[in-house]
Parts: sequence; structure tokens; C-alpha cells
Amino acid sequence: MLEDVGNLFHGFAVVAQPYNLLLMVVGIVLGVIVGVLPGLGGANGIAILLPLTFSMSPTSAIIMLSCIYWGALFGGAITSILFNIPGEPWSVATTFDGYPMAQKGKAGEALTAAFTSSFVGALFAVIVITLVAPLVASFALEFGPPEIFSVYFLAFCSFVGLSKEPPFKTIASMMLGFGLGAVGLDQMTGQLRLTFGFESMLNGFDFLIAVIGLFGIGEILLTMEEGLSFRGKSAKLNMKVVLNTWAELPRYWMLSLRSCLIGCWMGISPAGATPASFMSYGIAKRISKRGRFFGTGEIEGVVAPETAAHAAGTAALLPMISLGVPGSPTAAVLLGGLLIWGLQPGPLLFTEQKDFVWGLIASMYMGNIVGLIIVLTCVPMFAAILRIPFSVIAPIILVFCAIGAYTVHNNTFDVVMMVVFGIAGYLMKKTNYPLAPMVLAIVLGDKAEESFRQSLLGSQGSFSVFWSSALVSTIMTLGLIALFWPLIQNAWTKLRGSAGEPHPAE
Amino acid sequence: MSVAKTVLTIGTAAFASGAVALSALPAQAWEPSHPIEIIVPAGTGGGADQMARAMQGIITKHNLSKQSVVVINKSGGAGGEGFLDVKNSKGNDHKLIITLSNLFTTPMATGIPFNWKDMTPVAMMALDEFVLWVNADKPYKTAKDYVDDIKSKPDNSFKMGGTGSKQEDQIITVALQKATGKKMTYIPYKGGGEVAVQLVGNHIDSSVNNPIEAVAHWRAGKLRPLCVFDSKKLDYHDKIAGDLAWDSIPTCKSAGLDVEYVMLRGYFMPPGVSPDAVAYYVDLFKKVRETPEWKKLMSDGAFNQTFMTGDEYAKWVADAEKLHEGLMKEAGFMAKTN
Repeated sequence: MLEDVGNLFHGFAVVAQPYNLLLMVVGIVLGVIVGVLPGLGGANGIAILLPLTFSMSPTSAIIMLSCIYWGALFGGAITSILFNIPGEPWSVATTFDGYPMAQKGKAGEALTAAFTSSFVGALFAVIVITLVAPLVASFALEFGPPEIFSVYFLAFCSFVGLSKEPPFKTIASMMLGFGLGAVGLDQMTGQLRLTFGFESMLNGFDFLIAVIGLFGIGEILLTMEEGLSFRGKSAKLNMKVVLNTWAELPRYWMLSLRSCLIGCWMGISPAGATPASFMSYGIAKRISKRGRFFGTGEIEGVVAPETAAHAAGTAALLPMISLGVPGSPTAAVLLGGLLIWGLQPGPLLFTEQKDFVWGLIASMYMGNIVGLIIVLTCVPMFAAILRIPFSVIAPIILVFCAIGAYTVHNNTFDVVMMVVFGIAGYLMKKTNYPLAPMVLAIVLGDKAEESFRQSLLGSQGSFSVFWSSALVSTIMTLGLIALFWPLIQNAWTKLRGSAGEPHPAE
Repeated sequence: MSVAKTVLTIGTAAFASGAVALSALPAQAWEPSHPIEIIVPAGTGGGADQMARAMQGIITKHNLSKQSVVVINKSGGAGGEGFLDVKNSKGNDHKLIITLSNLFTTPMATGIPFNWKDMTPVAMMALDEFVLWVNADKPYKTAKDYVDDIKSKPDNSFKMGGTGSKQEDQIITVALQKATGKKMTYIPYKGGGEVAVQLVGNHIDSSVNNPIEAVAHWRAGKLRPLCVFDSKKLDYHDKIAGDLAWDSIPTCKSAGLDVEYVMLRGYFMPPGVSPDAVAYYVDLFKKVRETPEWKKLMSDGAFNQTFMTGDEYAKWVADAEKLHEGLMKEAGFMAKTN
């Protein structure tokens, strides 16, 4: 333990070299840009820059690349809040309350809350990594297919029934999402599904394309209908917003702690940042006193997903370095980098490559602090974007959306699909079909299906596998409780016969 | 912003290069006039992707080409998307594709219309090895111990984990089943690293991971290699786990398990490219093979370093295709349309 602290300080010394600090700032700035551009994302950004790092020392290289990762995590929140376009999958949940806040003229507050919670989440996760890395690595080994399925099950359950729309519309939307998510190659049988013989359908419907279309293009269409102007113009443009928001944030310490724990768990297990953000948002909505106002611009609705996403994104690096299993797509590319630099991820990396591992951990601390300072000082600038006339900014957003959609698979068909999704998104909003369940189903549906079928293959088709160990039974039970929570809550209120606070119909 | 710009340039370069290559017929040795595009018919982070990106880095670092190299993943439809792209880029001298076994398995299993004969073979860079791994806590010390136990239990008592479905790992599993006469439960995962960890966590009984995917767990004493599916032992003598080196692992055949399988890591180009361009890339790859970075990559992954070009390479590919066709047919993995 003491030795670890010594190692960590040695790591700080490595990171604090001017060259490494410079790489860190470059990495963060690039990362924010990459995170802002929808579709490009951290994984692509790192993959593009990876070959450039071969002439650097592995430690410098990982510092720069991991800082792109932090930057992208920060950057994903910006477009979600300002334009309702999630730049990264885990930012989808941030749009639910972040965008309404921006529309009310509170873009600065929302951005500050998002960045600060990201930082808190990451810091919490990196402390967990520093203190209990070996323990945590062995926890990740407990997760076989049934355990992983149970985690996705919990993510779905804690989210189902959240929307204000009628339950049947929610279910319809989610089922449509499952259907779209199933297009392409079926991992389990190696067969093509629902492609109808079209070559352009081989890739299936990538989550990012659906999201860019449904949220980004759909929103622009709505704004056009409503009079070609942003509603968030009144956002305050000074640093006082940051301080005022900071004064408010400590009130939500319980929410932050819970989101941190959810995030760390999801990152390590390794389900990743996206289910973490949805789950955290769902649970916050259930538990918060102001839960019924969620979706109309509650600051808690920004804090919860951002904290969890960042905690998960950071914690996801732990299984990568200690087991060689990436907890996120970006971590997968970093993992490839490790191998190319001649490092072997695995249990021995901690003892054999101390400089590297502790340099990386130290860069997590430093990178997040530097990142927070950079993005916070830019809050007024980001908020000022909303003052640009809609007729100027809308075409620019459209172009960026198109580039983003193209980048996902270098495929022009995807740009067409983005437009189709955009029109679908507009129609769904007009007819009050919620978009979130559909998005959740597209992003997690195929993964949940995969682990479900892996589990059943392993158990020769017996469902008892989902109740076979203490770990999986506990998570499944939590999922069921989350699913029936509204009923349980109702029953409880009736039982006590108290008037209490009326709960929203869910 | 620079990143987005790069991506845009790549896109335009890909469109322009075909036309220019046709019009310019240089008298001297062929040189690329645009960035060279390497298609990876698999996702980021996998074996083929790592090799392509390592080569990209080596070429950049040692200035082996005047033009930059760009790596693009086209993984849709088990890589079919990438192969179709190359097949349809007739005469494009600036496009290459790195292959894995899905060169054979994808068209057979999915019916996506392409064949290696639709493309121009360039060079075999290496052959990737497969090793039979078990959890080190299990009592099996040799492949024979494990096979005997499989034979003594009913069908489907053992779970084999592997990457993807109806691809190399499952093909080896089918061959194993044939050799032992017992069925195993094959569980497909997305990536090789995930499979290795599932084995460490005892969620599966064995795997046929590539050396590089499992070596870290071997060194940490979590996994044990039983045998290698090549005709000869791996040619790497450095001690890896205790006193054991890669060449301490017996071949499966010598251990009484008559199964052999290696995976092609080679390059192809679109149809109708100029022979000069092919010669240029063969020469470029030879230079890559001389660099210390490449040698390190080879020894880290315990690759079989066979290098082939021209007719020899084409013949190897044709033989490998026959082998795959036989195995896939036998296993009932062929798409109905074939």
C-alpha cells in the first residue's frame, strides 16, 4: 500500500515533465473536439492518432491518448446540452435534462454541472483504481454471460416506465429499437439478419447514426417549425455562472456518490459507460424528491448521468490494464496500442511496467484536473454559441452531423439513413412517441441479446442459470424490484394510508 | 478540427485515386501518388487491425513510403463489407485489404457474394497460430489428459469459448469434435481478449486463443497451454512462464490430437490493378519485415513468419480455401444459398 503511494508520486513526477504536460493539454483539446463532433468519438480519434505515437515512449503516448479519452468524455456533454445532439453514446441521458435547461437559458449552469460531475465521477473512479486495483480485477473475473446479462437487465428495468408518455408508446418505441438493433450480422450464429439482401444493410443500424438523426436532425426540424430561433439565447455569459452552480452542487452529494458507485461498478464489470449513465439517470429519477420534474430541466438529471458515465469510463481502464479486456470501444483501441508499443496488458503489467501503469494512473488525476480547468473556462464561450442566429448555425450543425454519420463506417449510405432517422425522430416527437427507449434498445439490445444467448448456450437452454449464483441472483432481483418499483411504491403508500407526496403516474 | 479534416481527405483520396492510377502509366518504377488505404475487414482492436496499424506506424516511422498510409475498418457483415468494397474498387492501385480467415468463412457462412479470386493476391505477411488453453487450476497437464476427460463424459459436458460464429475458432472446435468423437458446447464471444478472461474466470472450459491474446494470463499462472495447432512447434525460445517458452508447447498432433490450423495474415488488392503496383507493395512489405518493430511484433505474438508472394501465395490461398470448404461443409456451416 505504502509502496503504491510512492509509485503514484513517482508517476506524478513522470507526468509533470513539461513534454508530457504539453502532450496532455494537446490530448485534452483534441479530445474535446473529437467528443463534440458527433460520430467521430474517442475511439476513432485515438485510432487515427495511434500510429503517430510509435515514435514516443509508451508512457508519453498513453498520456496523450488517454487525455484524448478524457477530453472526449468531457466534450460529449457539450453538444448534448446545447443542441440535443449526443456526441457520444453515454451522453444520450445527459440530453434529457441538459437540453431543456439550455432552452430555459441555463446552458451555462448545465454545462458547469455536467463538467464538474464528470470530474467528480472520474476522480472517484481513479481513487478506486489506485486503492483497490487488484481486488477489483478479481471482481471482474466473476462476470460470465449470465452476470453480464443481469447487468443489462437491470439497466433496462431501471429505465423502463420512466417516460411521461403512455406505456404502450414506450414499449412500441423500445421494440422498434430492438428490431433496428438486430439488423446485420447475428454474432451468435454468424448469419445475416433483416438485411433483405441489401449490401448497405450489412453494417446494421449503428447507434450513433440513429442518435444523430433522431436527436440532432429531428431537433433542427422541430426548431424550424417553431420559428427558426434558439430558445436558450438568454444564457448568461460569465464565469459567475460557474461559481454559482458550484455553490449549488454540494447539495447533491448523495446523488453523486450513488452515481459514482454505479459508474465504477458498470465500468469494471465491464458493461461500460452507456448503461451506467442510463441506469444512474433512471435511479435518480425514482429516488429524487423532484423526480417528477425530470426531463424538464432539472440539474440533478444532468449530474446523475454525467457522474456515472465518467466514473464508468475511467473505471473501464482498469480491466483493460489488469486483464486485457476493454470496458469500452475506446479502451479497445488503447489496448491495441499497448500491444503495439510492446506492452502486455495483464496481471503482471502492474509489477513489470511500474513507470507505465503509475504514469497512466497519475495522468488520470492530472488529465482530469487539467481537462476540468480547460472546459470550465470555455463555458461562457460554449454558451455563447446559442447566440449565433439559428439560420447560420443550423446548416453548420447539419454538415457536422453528416460528417459524423459518414465517419462511423466511412459509408455514404449512413448519411442517407441519418436523414431518414431525422424525419422519423421529428414524426415521433410530433406523435408523442418517446425516443429514449428506442435509443436504449438500439445501443444495449444486441449486447443484452448476446449475453442472454451465451448464457442459455452454456446452460443447455435452462433459465435457472440466471439464478445460479449469489451474484447473478442479486442483480436479477434488483432488476425486478426496479421494474415493479412504481407498483411497490403505490402499494406502500396505500398501505400506510398517508396522503404524502403524490407520485407521478409512471 | 484537424482530425475531421484528415477523415475528409481520406474520403476524397479514395475516390480520386482510381481514376488517376488508370491515366498515369509511368515508365519508371511505380510509386503511389495518393495516400495508401488499408481496409481492415474487422473491428478496431482485433488481431488484423493491430497488424495493419502497426505496419502503418512502421511505414511512417521509417519513411518507407512517400505517401501516407490510412487504415479504415469495414467490419459489417463479418467483414463482408470490406471485401465487397475491395472487389468493387477495380483497378484502384492505392487500396489494400488485410485478411483473416473470414476471407473464406464469411462468403461461405453468409452467402455474401465475394471470393478471394475476385481480388489480386499480394503477399502473406505471417500465419497466426492457435493454442489449446485451459485454466491452470484444472488438473489437465497435457492435451491427452483433457481429451481423455472429454471422451469419458457425455456430449456437451465441456464449453469451448471462441471469437465469432462459424469462423476460425469454431472451425477448430468442429475439428476437435471430430477427433474426440464428442460434442462440445461452443460459445461465441466478440473478441479474443474477452474469451481468455472468461477462461481465467472459469466460465468456459477451454479456448483456442491466439498466443498474443492469452500470453499475459499464461505468464501470470492463470492459464495453461496444452498444445499448438500447427505442424511444427513455435519457433520462439525465450522463457515466458517460468522455465517454459513458446517452443515448449507440443504440437497437438504429437499429443494425439490430429488437428492442424493456422490463420492467414496477408494482403490482397482490388481486381485489375497494375503488376507494377503489386511489385511496389511486395517490396514495401519486405522492407517492413526488416524493421525491429516488426520483428518484435512477430515474437510477441509468436507468429509463424512464413512470407509468400505471387503464384506460391495464390496456391497457398487456394489450398486453404479447399480446407475451409471441407470443414465448413462437414460442420453444416454453409449458407443455404450456396
